[in-house]
Amino acid sequence: MSNAVSALDGRTSAGDVTVCEDGLRGMITLRGDLANTKLKAVCTGLTGVDFPAQGHANCVGQQGLAWMSPDEVLVMVHHDKVADALEKIAKALKGQHHLAVNVSDARAVMIVEGPYVRDVFAKLAPVDLHPDAFAPGTFLRSRLGQVAAAFWMRDAQSIEVICFRSVADYAFALLEAAAKGGRVGHFPEG
Amino acid sequence: MSTRLAREGRFTNKSKAVSFTFNGKNLRGVEGDTLASALLANDQMIVGRSFKYHRPRGVIASGAEEPNGLVNLGKGASFEPNARVTTTELFDGLSATSQNHFPSLEFDVGAINTHLSRFLPAGFYYKMFMFPRPFWKHVYEPFIRKSAGLGKAPKERDEHTYEHFNIHADVLVIGGGIAGLAAALAAGRSGARTVLMEQTAHWGGRAPVDGATVDDISADEWVKATVKTLEEMPNVTLRTRCMGAGVYDHGYVLGYERLTDHLTQKDGTKHRLWRVRAKQVVTATGAIERPLSFAANDLPGVVLASAARDYVVNFGVSLGDRTVVVTNNDDAYRTAITLKEAGLDVPVIVDARAHADGDLPAQARALGIRVETGKGIAKVKGSKRVTGVAICAQAGEGAVLEEISCDCVAMSGGWSPIVHLWSHCGGKLSWDPDQAMFRPDLDRPPTGADGQPYVMAAGVANGHLFTAEGIADGFMAGRAAAKAAGHDKKPGQPPAGEDTPENPLEPVWLMPQGASYALRSKAWLDFQNDVKVSDVQLAAQEGFESVEHAKRYTTLGMATDQGKISNINGLAILADQLGAEIPDVGTTTFRPPYTPISMASIAGPAQRELFQPVRKTPMSDWHTANGAFYEPVGQWRRPYAYLRGSETVHEAVNREVVNARTNIGLLDASTLGKLIVSGPDAGKFLDMMYTNMMSTLPVGKCRYGLMCTENGFLSDDGVVARIDEDSWLCHTTTGGAERIHGWMEDWLQCEWWDWKVYVANVTEQYAQVAVVGPHARKLLEKMGGMDVSKETLPFMQWANGTIGGFDTRVYRISFSGELSYEIAVPASQGRAFWDALLDAGEEFGIMPYGTEALHIMRAEKGFIMIGDETDGTIIPQDLNLQWALSKKKEDYLGKRAHSRSHMASADRWKLVGLETLDGSVLPDGAYAIADGVNANGQGNTQGRVTSTYHSPTLKKGIAMGIVHKGPDRMGEVLSFTNIGGEPIKARIVDPVFYDKEGEKQNV
Repeated sequence: MSNAVSALDGRTSAGDVTVCEDGLRGMITLRGDLANTKLKAVCTGLTGVDFPAQGHANCVGQQGLAWMSPDEVLVMVHHDKVADALEKIAKALKGQHHLAVNVSDARAVMIVEGPYVRDVFAKLAPVDLHPDAFAPGTFLRSRLGQVAAAFWMRDAQSIEVICFRSVADYAFALLEAAAKGGRVGHFPEG
Repeated sequence: MSTRLAREGRFTNKSKAVSFTFNGKNLRGVEGDTLASALLANDQMIVGRSFKYHRPRGVIASGAEEPNGLVNLGKGASFEPNARVTTTELFDGLSATSQNHFPSLEFDVGAINTHLSRFLPAGFYYKMFMFPRPFWKHVYEPFIRKSAGLGKAPKERDEHTYEHFNIHADVLVIGGGIAGLAAALAAGRSGARTVLMEQTAHWGGRAPVDGATVDDISADEWVKATVKTLEEMPNVTLRTRCMGAGVYDHGYVLGYERLTDHLTQKDGTKHRLWRVRAKQVVTATGAIERPLSFAANDLPGVVLASAARDYVVNFGVSLGDRTVVVTNNDDAYRTAITLKEAGLDVPVIVDARAHADGDLPAQARALGIRVETGKGIAKVKGSKRVTGVAICAQAGEGAVLEEISCDCVAMSGGWSPIVHLWSHCGGKLSWDPDQAMFRPDLDRPPTGADGQPYVMAAGVANGHLFTAEGIADGFMAGRAAAKAAGHDKKPGQPPAGEDTPENPLEPVWLMPQGASYALRSKAWLDFQNDVKVSDVQLAAQEGFESVEHAKRYTTLGMATDQGKISNINGLAILADQLGAEIPDVGTTTFRPPYTPISMASIAGPAQRELFQPVRKTPMSDWHTANGAFYEPVGQWRRPYAYLRGSETVHEAVNREVVNARTNIGLLDASTLGKLIVSGPDAGKFLDMMYTNMMSTLPVGKCRYGLMCTENGFLSDDGVVARIDEDSWLCHTTTGGAERIHGWMEDWLQCEWWDWKVYVANVTEQYAQVAVVGPHARKLLEKMGGMDVSKETLPFMQWANGTIGGFDTRVYRISFSGELSYEIAVPASQGRAFWDALLDAGEEFGIMPYGTEALHIMRAEKGFIMIGDETDGTIIPQDLNLQWALSKKKEDYLGKRAHSRSHMASADRWKLVGLETLDGSVLPDGAYAIADGVNANGQGNTQGRVTSTYHSPTLKKGIAMGIVHKGPDRMGEVLSFTNIGGEPIKARIVDPVFYDKEGEKQNV
């Protein structure tokens, strides 16, 4: 629908490390047996990416799959393709115990980009962001400050993060403050 | 007098002057000074007054252990109390004021206490201020608070920013002396991710001052080369001005980095709290020199021997022209030698030992310094600063043999390894009688979840006081830590250290050993808290045998320095008094942080607008722009009422209620929890979760449900809608969404893991709007779309469809008692939908209403509210909700609890309505008064008010409450407490005040 707006309506913050709200993203919480071939097939078919291993995400642009838990995968598609995707999932998994729900509007997506993007997240999340542990492909469910968040690297200088819509304002301000706080210089360059 | 020497210090640059103020006086230091060295260079010997006796106090140390030099720093929004002058680096424009003085530092009226000291012994506060009891609150405490106080609380909001930094490391080395550097070198070369933290601005610790050599070069040169090597290693992070503050379970360590404290321009982050998860921690934290306990050892000018040489070597500052060195060990001779070589006078070295014939004493004698062995100091002369010492035999009682004039006394009682970080998580200590010190007991280290050690002490902190063994120990600890963390590349050979050999010390806990009471009562142990040898002895005499008790009774080690220089001396005195061995008395507990860290660094980014997340609905911006007066509900802020013009909140609430009851109201109900429960066993699961039956709910229908804990108490409520054969949508309270989601997952994951049920929290996927009032249907029909007639969509049903072009799910449920539709749309369209409703509703007199109007309308209808009528002790029966307790179900959470005797008893307080006789509003929480008093002499009660409002609909006060056997007592009049006034009379009535038949909601 034309009057649909994302939580922060594309807000951006300039600086050495930028923070941009990335608009509406189609997201489906899919719970079920992740080893099931039909489940994997419908997921990869919808997104065009490989099914991720534990602790990983495979994303290209707006589409992708993220491993959320042993029985949950996050399916990302274009926002206007969610109904269609839900239908395909229902069809593929008919008769199998699963749950697929649209959570697109319950979320906000932000992209944080710049030379010390790892530092920005390390200021807010109690996880290991060293390149040995966190590189493009790895996916973390953690927190930013006081709110839940999930994030992964798009490339060596940008991290994509999902949080709940209601706290998008807080998460954005937190990321912006951490970015403005500057480089720490702990992680190896590159 | 103390002054700046001609020679340059290791850290200073005399060509760059730095101006600062102390107590308003303009002073000059040089680049590289600490505030302590700059004050001393200006002959500012007195830096503060002691806590209890207000005695003049000077700098005694050169590092983090300093007990006396505490100042207020800065002004206004950058004011900071209790800054330690020895760890405060000087910058241009620094402004400091001394603490704990009145009216001035030089003349303090509180100093009279020192003459009253015989009336202020240990435990004085406990003894004196106990009786009469009311005096404590009204007389003693206010007086003590005024005369005491270390530093002032800031009055303005801190203008700076702070941050956290989370990292994982294989090996975290704390302490950047030569042992720490060697440890980092070994760990780094082994391939471990290594972090090295040093609390000061300089690498190398004491070794360069003490003239050690490493690998045949001076310690200074070795430190520089090693730092350079480490900087080039990509797996090593080096951090100065970063103190290892505390070691916690599972290798969690806090590092406290001070980024701008040393700068004039304090732009950017002030402090950064490193939150390190380390596989292995190496504590190379060095040692602290102990004072000697002799009379008037607290006079300004009496300093630690190591500090005296630090100031000369590192800062080019002398503490006096004539320094008497007093010691029980060889190390302090280094001070005499350093001072002599700097051209200063050392009239005598007073050595308590019978013999001093090691290399260092020999060097001192060769320089022409007089050495007196077997002697001690009977007393230091002077009032505000040292003017001389009286020398006596150490073995005697203090008979003065000779008086020597001097302006500085450098004392050394030996060294105590800094075992704080080793001890924080349970590392044990052993007593080393040869070196008279506690050192880490390597057989009893702190252990992690796997039972394996995760902290290693290294170097001096591990009891290896000499360069060769210390640096080798550091290297080996780094290598062992890396190996334990899974990295075993060979790091090469340890560096070879060398220093002048030393003869053993002789423990001296009191000087002279037979000191009289008069001398003991002037021999300070704890300089900040004014605890003397006589106080600890008194505590022991009075039965405080445990070191922890003696500490609290005397306040030894309880000041802001946590007794860094005083604790060991204090417990040695205690042991002596008790006739016990020092290790049997033991130490007090070492607790983090090592030195105080700023509260703001702990808060990190959580200040101002980031103090707490505020959850916002898609309509929040509209609310804010339209007069919303907010109230917090969980982490949400919900409009309590929308104020128009000059309205009061009360007027706005009344307007909103009346309008919803007569025209049409809108409520942003987006915050209500929405959980999807789905699967073949979902019905069975919900029958367990809810007290009433949910499995039989037909698709398309809604049912109000109650949830209890397994102990039977009401936990949450809400309307459940059956979405399809396998799926239900459960509404929870606003505050309950996450909690109930977690509750359901808990039962599914831990108890009924084989049930085929999935739960998803879709609370935020939807914006939900309650359209409430007689004109509600007209509005929806005007907007067009789905059929919302009574016939197609009756009360307690739901349907999907479009309204005004929006995809919606519409629930015919009512919490207000009016014709009501709760309409969910995707959150991204919430604001647009809200605007469309307001637009179309204008002709019907539409107005949004807030949570208070919601509360009043539900109370008029007698609907309970979780959190008002419930408080964790209320069961459904108390609220007359027996109808919602299924009798058909075999079990549900809380069922068994409800059959417990007290739960099933008829003798409980139960829900009723309450109406005051005069129409006024009962106070919230007021108690219904019963006859008599209870065992505590308090008046008996027989009920209390749970919800109370002015009803604009009924134009009088209405209330709900729970009253003993209330429903059986309809019409009875009770008296309710009214703080500050006469009790209020109210009649027990039916809790449903409005539309008892429910006709209005069912149209």
